[in-house]
Amino acid sequence: MCGIVGLFLKDKTLEPQLGAMLTDMLITMTDRGPDSAGIAIYGEPQKGMAKLTLQSSKPLEDFNGLQGSIEKAVGSKIKASIKGTHIVIELPLSQLDNARKAVSAFSPTLKVMSAGENIEIFKEIGLPKDVAAMFGISTMGGTHGIGHTRMATESAVTTMGAHPFSTGHDQCLVHNGSLSNHNSVRRDLRRAGMEFETENDTEVAAAFISHKLKEGSSLGDAMNATLTDLDGFFTFVLGTKNGFGVVRDPIACKPAVMAETDKYVAFGSEYRALVNLPDIENARVWEPEPATVYFWER
Amino acid sequence: MQSFDLSKDGLRALNSTLHSLRGETNMTEWEVINPKGSHSIAVGVDALIDVTVRGSTGYYCAGMNKQATIRVKGSAGPGVAENMMSGTVIVDGDASQYAGATGRGGLLVIKGNASSRCGISMKGIEIVVHGNIGHMSAFMAQSGTMIVLGDAGDALGDSLYEARLFVRGSVKSLGADCIEKEMRPEHLELLANLLERGEASHLAKPSEFKRYGSARTLYTFNVDNASAY
Repeated sequence: MCGIVGLFLKDKTLEPQLGAMLTDMLITMTDRGPDSAGIAIYGEPQKGMAKLTLQSSKPLEDFNGLQGSIEKAVGSKIKASIKGTHIVIELPLSQLDNARKAVSAFSPTLKVMSAGENIEIFKEIGLPKDVAAMFGISTMGGTHGIGHTRMATESAVTTMGAHPFSTGHDQCLVHNGSLSNHNSVRRDLRRAGMEFETENDTEVAAAFISHKLKEGSSLGDAMNATLTDLDGFFTFVLGTKNGFGVVRDPIACKPAVMAETDKYVAFGSEYRALVNLPDIENARVWEPEPATVYFWER
Repeated sequence: MQSFDLSKDGLRALNSTLHSLRGETNMTEWEVINPKGSHSIAVGVDALIDVTVRGSTGYYCAGMNKQATIRVKGSAGPGVAENMMSGTVIVDGDASQYAGATGRGGLLVIKGNASSRCGISMKGIEIVVHGNIGHMSAFMAQSGTMIVLGDAGDALGDSLYEARLFVRGSVKSLGADCIEKEMRPEHLELLANLLERGEASHLAKPSEFKRYGSARTLYTFNVDNASAY
C-alpha cells in the first residue's frame, strides 16, 4: 500500500501552515502504511544559503562537536538545529560540498537526508503522528512539501529505506508501488556515476530522475522517461526547488487523487487525505490519468 | 428520514444499523452526513431502503448491495458497488477504479467519469456512465450491460465473455477478442430503456451508440488446441 500526500501552495498566506496541513493529511493516511514516515518541506530559499539535513542512529554522540567540525571545514560560522534524530545545518551554498565531506569524515553513522537551497527531509521508523511530532513538522512553514507513510515491500524497514528519497540537491521523490527492474537500472546508474545508500527500489527511481536532470532533461522529460525505463507499479510524487510533480504507471492501480484551487494543488493517495483542506468542497478534484505527467512550478 | 453522522457515530455503527434492517422496513429513508472519503460506507445492505450519502466516499461504498437504492452526492473511491447483487447505486460525481467490479445484478449509474477497470468481471450488473471510462474496462466481463455516453480508454472489453457494451464516443482501443457488432432493433430498445433508468435519456439517443461484444474466439474450446491440454 503506502500513503502519499503532497501540497504545492499558490497562496502565500497559507505558507505558515504548510507543515500543519501536511501533518494532518499524512496522519489520515496512517493505515496505508505504518512502518515508517517521512516529510520533505521546501521553505523559502535564502539567497546564497543552503541547508543540509542529517540523521544519525546515535544522535548524542554524532551531534556532539559536529558543528565545530563543519565550521572548521567551511571556514565560517554555521547554524545548527537539532530536531530529534536529525540536525539541520544552515551554511553558505558555496560551502555545501565541503560541509558534506566534513560530515562523512566526522562519523560514518551520519546520513544525509537532504541537501540544497530550501529542502529539508525528516524521516524515521514509526507512525506518521510520532514521526511528525519528533520533528515538530506542524510548526514548519514552506512553499511546498511531500509526505509518505510506508508499508515496506522491496527492502527492509529502516530509516534509510523510508521515503522521501533525495538523490540530488533540492530533489526528492516518494513512491507507492514496487519496481521490478530496479537492480539493472541501479547498475546502469552506478556506472553513470550515481551513488546509492540502500537496496531500495524507490531510491533507484529518485536517482533515475536526478540523473536525467543532471544530463540536462527538463523535469517533464525526466518524468516521462520513467514510463519507458522503469518497470513495475508506481505512483510517484516528486519535488524540486520550485516544482511539484506527479506521474503514474500505465496500469495505474496505485491510487491517486488530486485537488486544485487558486490557493493550492494537493495530492492524496485517497480523498480522505484532502477533506480538511480549505475550500475543498469547491476544489477541482480528479484522478490523475495513467502514464501522464503532471507538474507545477513556481 | 433517519440521519447518521459518520464523524460522530462511526462506520461500524452505521453498517450494523443498516444490516439490522432486512427486507421491508418502515425506516426507508436514510442519509449519511460527513462521509469525508471514509471506506465501506453502506456495504452489504439487504433491505428496501434509500440511503443518501452527502459527500464523497472512499473504497467500496455500497459493495455487495442488495435491494437498496444508494446515492452518493459526491465522488466515489475505488470499488464502488463492487459485487452488487441488486438494487441501484447512483454516483453524482466521478468513480475511481473498478466501479461495479464483479457485479451480479442491479443498476450502477455514474454521472461523472469512471476511471480504469470499470465493470471488470461484471456478471449481470447494468452500468450506465454519463462521462468517460478508463482503460481495461469490462475486462473479462461475463454478462450484463454497460453503456458509456462518453469515450472509452484502452483495451475495452479485453477477454470478454457475454457482456454487452455500448459506447457513444470514441474507443481508444479494443482489448483482445472484443469487436464492434451491428446494432439491431432489440439493442436500440435495450438502450432506450437503460438510458431512461440511468437518468440519461435527456443526454443521449440510442442511435448514437455503437455496440461491442465478444468475438468468442478466446473462451470457446477449439478442437485444434486439444493437444495443449
